[in-house]
Amino acid sequence: MRILLWKLWMGYRIFGPIIELLMAMFRPFAVAMYRMGGPIVAQMAGMILISAVVAVCVGVWAHAMLFGFVDESILATAASAGVELTGAFSYVSPATWGLTPSQIAVQLQQVGGVAANMSGVAQYLLWPVQFGIVRDLVGLGALMGLFNIIPVYTIWWERKVAGRIQSRLGPMRVGGWHGWSQSPADGIKLLLKEDLIPDGADAPLFRLAPYFNIIPSALAFVALPFGATYVFRELDVALIFILGVLGVEVLGVMLAGWASNNKWSVYGAMREACQMVSYEIPLGMALLLPVVTTGTLNLTKIVDAQSGGWFHWLVFSSPFAFIGFIAFFVASLASCKRAPFDLPEAESELVAGFLTEYSGIRWSFFFFAEYAAMFVVCGLAAILFLGGWHSPLPASWGAALGDAWYARGVKGLLFSGPVWFVAKCVFLLYVQIWIRWTLPRIRIDQVLYACVQVLLPLTMLMLLGTTVWVWASTSECETWAMVTAITRYVLGGIGLMFAFAFPAIAAYGFYHRRAMVGNLVQDAMPGS
Amino acid sequence: MTNTKHNLTSCLLRLVVAGGGVLLFSSQAAFASEASGVTNAAAPGGLLEAALFYFVALVAVVSSLGVCFSKDIVRMAVWLFGALGSVAVMYFLLAANFLGAIQLIVYAGGTLILLVFGVMLTSKSPWVKFECPKIEMLFAGIICAALLGCLCIVLTDATWAGTMQVVPGASVEAIGKILITKYLVPFEVAGVLLMIVMVGAAHLARQDD
Repeated sequence: MRILLWKLWMGYRIFGPIIELLMAMFRPFAVAMYRMGGPIVAQMAGMILISAVVAVCVGVWAHAMLFGFVDESILATAASAGVELTGAFSYVSPATWGLTPSQIAVQLQQVGGVAANMSGVAQYLLWPVQFGIVRDLVGLGALMGLFNIIPVYTIWWERKVAGRIQSRLGPMRVGGWHGWSQSPADGIKLLLKEDLIPDGADAPLFRLAPYFNIIPSALAFVALPFGATYVFRELDVALIFILGVLGVEVLGVMLAGWASNNKWSVYGAMREACQMVSYEIPLGMALLLPVVTTGTLNLTKIVDAQSGGWFHWLVFSSPFAFIGFIAFFVASLASCKRAPFDLPEAESELVAGFLTEYSGIRWSFFFFAEYAAMFVVCGLAAILFLGGWHSPLPASWGAALGDAWYARGVKGLLFSGPVWFVAKCVFLLYVQIWIRWTLPRIRIDQVLYACVQVLLPLTMLMLLGTTVWVWASTSECETWAMVTAITRYVLGGIGLMFAFAFPAIAAYGFYHRRAMVGNLVQDAMPGS
Repeated sequence: MTNTKHNLTSCLLRLVVAGGGVLLFSSQAAFASEASGVTNAAAPGGLLEAALFYFVALVAVVSSLGVCFSKDIVRMAVWLFGALGSVAVMYFLLAANFLGAIQLIVYAGGTLILLVFGVMLTSKSPWVKFECPKIEMLFAGIICAALLGCLCIVLTDATWAGTMQVVPGASVEAIGKILITKYLVPFEVAGVLLMIVMVGAAHLARQDD
């Protein structure tokens, strides 16, 4: 073990007394808080979790409303009234700092109602919101919060699903309501664990590798839209930007394996490299199908092309897209190193693969990156093929509601809003977890066979087919229009069958949940 | 003999990368100083962008030098990632989003991974060191210094366009259209070249049959 003396010195001589003092001050307070809060948390764990989720949703919605209000009612009206707005939307401009508080107050008076009555305070509260940099800081805070919350609760979700599928009792034993606080507790444990670096490791690379993993997967969220306006940066090349940053993630895994100087780690890294380099090609090919169909790399525009309800989703647009979606999903499993493609960390063969030598916070960085990347590829699948943030309900029903404030709310909840995007992502995440706990791991030669000899030719054919399909759709031929409509409804019907069969089968399983797993399988088998 | 040749080429490559980093830094610095000197509201760069540019340029130069002076091949690859990644960030700063994303995919996500993969497959000892004789260093240094001198002359003699505006039409669609109309032949030739490389690699890999 390599213990760096200067670090210990810094820790004990400088920060040690300060930390001791703070702990002496806060220890009784923390114990009292625990004694008071513990029973409440244990009693109302589910309520606390649900209210936290609702609070986050309300927070996101409120900040979007606030930014929209400032843009529409203050900045736009001020600009139309001839007030000079230089620099209000850009970062720093030497000429002016946007509207002054008194100018904002004038605009608030024009808005009237509550805004006018509150303008004395609101002018100062709203003043910073007009600057791009303030909004970006808010957005970055939201992104980082999301990036931290998604892995923590996907891991909980994974434990719950694993518990259901494999009759594991863990989540029900500790951690409050269905074990929801196990993941935060894990996080605290990992923060406090010792960060070991093996003697023989290449220390700088060993330290650096987790960042090569976690930073790209955080960067992917920059361009991933959650709704028509819920996107940090709407890039015109968002799709290949996400593909590019997720490709960099492989480098982190390889460096981790190499720098650990451990044969298991190197094997894991080699497998990761083999798998990723080969699966990136079918993944990219499958990503091209929606691009060819919609003619853009901008994710928001790709989703806009799919508005109008269930039958307008790209996955049902042609048989090629339908098969391409399945190919994309398989390739995305491989690119996130999820079972049955989890060879880089195969616990039963390689100890923990490239993670063998890691501990503490660096180990958790890899898992944060993995689960965040899972969410990102699920988000891509939802955006590219499953209509993004549009609901399956026909858009014409939403249009019939009108444009009143409550109608906008209903539309946001029922017809198109971030809630649908998150729901689709969560469903796809569920499918990924379901596959992991159901299928056995396949061998590396099978992995490469599946890629090079099955997926790659398949996606190439699908790309060719989609190209021809799109080319044929540009013609004005009426027969062809009928063919596309029939295809759309037939494929959409197949999708609907799946959509209804899934909850039905799940309900059957839930109804028989007390049965032993073996009995359930035997009873459901034909001829039993 | 082949080993020496390989060493010389690698040395050259490394120094060219360093020279390229310096060149990029200076050319971009010239561009940024022109751009940030303009006080009108439509100037393409603000204070933050300029600060970010100087930071990224520093990263590019430092990592290019790191590629040169590092002895461990995998560490060299990591330094190279710094250089390539910061160039990608520069493309994003210049609003050339497509180029930046392609730089990330092709160089950072593809080439570098293959490089590290190659080292892992072929290395016999845990830490592969890269050493080359002094005389080769000297030759490579002379050639690269000459190259760098030429580039600096070009740089100082060129007339720079001054303030650049983001070209509104330079979107992905436009690039795609140009690639399959005006520049179709070079595009196809590049494709054929890559095909030849693939066939050649397959041939070399199977020659022991």
